[in-house]
Amino acid sequence: MTDVLSAAGLTKQFAKDDQAIVALRDFSLTVEEGSFVTVLGRSGCGKSTMLNLLAGLTEPTEGVVSYRGEKLTGPDIDIGYLTQSDTLMPWRDVQRNVEMPLEIRGVRADERRTTAAELVQRVGLRGFEKHYPRELSGGMRRRASLARMLAGTPRTVLMDEPFGALDAQLRTELQEELLQLWQGSGQTVVFVTHDIEEALLLGDRIVVLGKLGRIVTDQKITLPRPRSVDALRVDPAFVGLHTAMAAALKEGSS
Amino acid sequence: MTEQLVTPPERETADAGTSGPVRIPVERTWWQRHGRTATVWGVRLLLIAVLLTAWEMTAGSLFDITFTSKPSDIAGRLGEWSGDGTLWQHSWVTIQEIVYGFLLGAAAGALAGFVLASLQLAYRVLDPFMMALYSIPKVALAPLFIVWFGIGMHMKVLLAAATVFFLVFLNTAAGVREVDRGLIDAVRLMGGNRRDIALKVVLPSSMTGVLTGLKVAIPYALIGAVIGELVASNQGLGYLINDAAAQFDTAGVFATLVVLSVIAGVLNVLVGLIGRRVNRWKPIEAQG
Ligand SMILES: Nc1ncnc2c1ncn2[C@@H]1O[C@H](COP(=O)(O)OP(=O)(O)OP(=O)(O)O)[C@@H](O)[C@H]1O
Ligand SMILES: [Mg+2]
Repeated sequence: MTDVLSAAGLTKQFAKDDQAIVALRDFSLTVEEGSFVTVLGRSGCGKSTMLNLLAGLTEPTEGVVSYRGEKLTGPDIDIGYLTQSDTLMPWRDVQRNVEMPLEIRGVRADERRTTAAELVQRVGLRGFEKHYPRELSGGMRRRASLARMLAGTPRTVLMDEPFGALDAQLRTELQEELLQLWQGSGQTVVFVTHDIEEALLLGDRIVVLGKLGRIVTDQKITLPRPRSVDALRVDPAFVGLHTAMAAALKEGSS
Repeated sequence: MTEQLVTPPERETADAGTSGPVRIPVERTWWQRHGRTATVWGVRLLLIAVLLTAWEMTAGSLFDITFTSKPSDIAGRLGEWSGDGTLWQHSWVTIQEIVYGFLLGAAAGALAGFVLASLQLAYRVLDPFMMALYSIPKVALAPLFIVWFGIGMHMKVLLAAATVFFLVFLNTAAGVREVDRGLIDAVRLMGGNRRDIALKVVLPSSMTGVLTGLKVAIPYALIGAVIGELVASNQGLGYLINDAAAQFDTAGVFATLVVLSVIAGVLNVLVGLIGRRVNRWKPIEAQG
C-alpha cells in the first residue's frame, strides 16, 4: 500500500504578543491509501491543529505535509475536511449548501441539483432541503455539512469529531452509514475523536495523541468487520483494547 | 427549470432519523392581528388633533402670531403655494438632490468599503484618515463645495453624498471585516479562488452591514441636501425657508417645515422597509 498523506516533523506555533503558543510539536504520521485511521486524544492536545495542517488550511511553522508525494501548499479539492465547527453558509438553504462544492467546480445546475438531492436523502435530511442552517438542530447541521463534504467527492477525508453532538442512536446510524460509504470506495479517512469506543469501532488503525500531539500509541485494530457496538462490548479483544487505549490516553495527558 | 425537485407536502414520518419540528396553524382574529397597530395609530392621530387645536386656540392670545403663526395660516400658505406651483417646484428640487446624493454616496461608499476592507493593509493604513474625515461636520464642507461647484444642484447633491458615503462605507467595511473565517476556509477547501470567496462568502455575509449603512444614511441625505440649500441656493425647500424667514413670514417657514417632515416621514417608511429586509436577511438567500 502506498502512503497518501504524510506529515514530517510538523510543529505549529501561534504567536501571541511576545510569546508563541505551541499547539503541536514535531508531529509525524503517514497514512496509507484506503485506510481508516482514527486519532484519539484529550481536548486541547492539538487534534484540530493537526487536521488543519493536513488539510492545507494552515501552514506549519516547521515541517512538511505531503499529499500523494507532493508538498501540500494549500487546500486540495481531493481532500475533504469536515471541520469541528459548522461552516454552512447561513444564507443558503440545505440544498444550496450541499450544491456549493459542485457550483464552484462549475457543474451544470440540473446535475448539481440531482446530486445534492441524493446526498441530502442519504444523510437523512429529506424534507429539509429548503431550510436554512439556523432552522436546523445541531445534529442536522452536522449531517448537512457531511453531505456537502461528500458532494465534493474527495478521495481523502478528514473528520474532526463529526458525531460528537449527536444522540447515541443517530450516532450509531451515521457511523454505520460512514463505514458503508467508506468500504469499497477506496477512500482514505482520518477520523478524529475523543471517544475510545468510536475510535475502535470505526478504525483500521488507532493513533493516540498525548500533549502537543505526541504519539503515545499507534497500532492496528484487527477486530473483524462488520463490527457492531453491541457485539463488540462483550468481545474480550475489544475490552482489552479499550483498557489499553484508556491507559494510553491517561499516560499521554500526564 | 428543467427539473423541479418535488418535495412532498406531508413528509413521511419514518424518514431516516429525521424528527423535525411540528408545525401547527394558529387561528387569530382581526383584532388579535392588528389591534395593537390600530390603537397606536388612533392615539397618534388624536395627539396631532389635540396639539393643532391647542395651538390654534392659544395663537394670538398666549403667543404672538408674528413669531409662532397658527395652523390655519400654515394650511392657507400650503394651499396657496401648492396652487401656484411653488411647493412642487421647490420640493422636486430637494427630492432630486436627496435621491441623487443618496445613490451617489451609497454606491461609492459600498464599493469603497468592500474593496478597502478586503485589502487588509490598505484598510489599516487608511482607517484613521477615514475616521477623521467622517468626524468633520459636513456643514463645514459647504463653503468649500460652493467654491468648487457653485451654488447649483451639484453642490447639494455632493454634500448629501459626502454624508451618505461615510455611513455606508464604515458599515460596509465593518460587515466585510466581520466575515467568519471558517466560512472562507470552507470555500477554500472546496477549491474556491479569491473571486469565489468574494462573491459567495464576503458579499452575502457583509450584506447586513451594507443594509444597516443604507438604513442609517437615508435621513442624512435629506439633512445634507437641506443644509446645502440653507447655506446658499436659489431653489429648493431650504431656500424657501430662508426666503420666508427673511420676509418674516413665519407661516411660510412652518409650511416648508411641514413639507420637509412629510418627506422625512416617507423616507422613514423606506428605512423601515429596508430594516425589515435587514432583519429577514440572514436566513434568506442572496439572489443569484
Ligand atoms: N488560533 C489559535 N491561536 C492560539 N492558540 C491556539 C489556536 N488554535 C489552537 N490553539 C491552541 O492549541 C492547542 C490545541 O488546540 P486544538 O484545537 O488543536 O485542540 P483539540 O485537540 O482539537 O481539542 P478539542 O478536542 O477540544 O477540539 C490548544 O491549547 C489551543 O489553545
Ligand atoms: Mg478540536
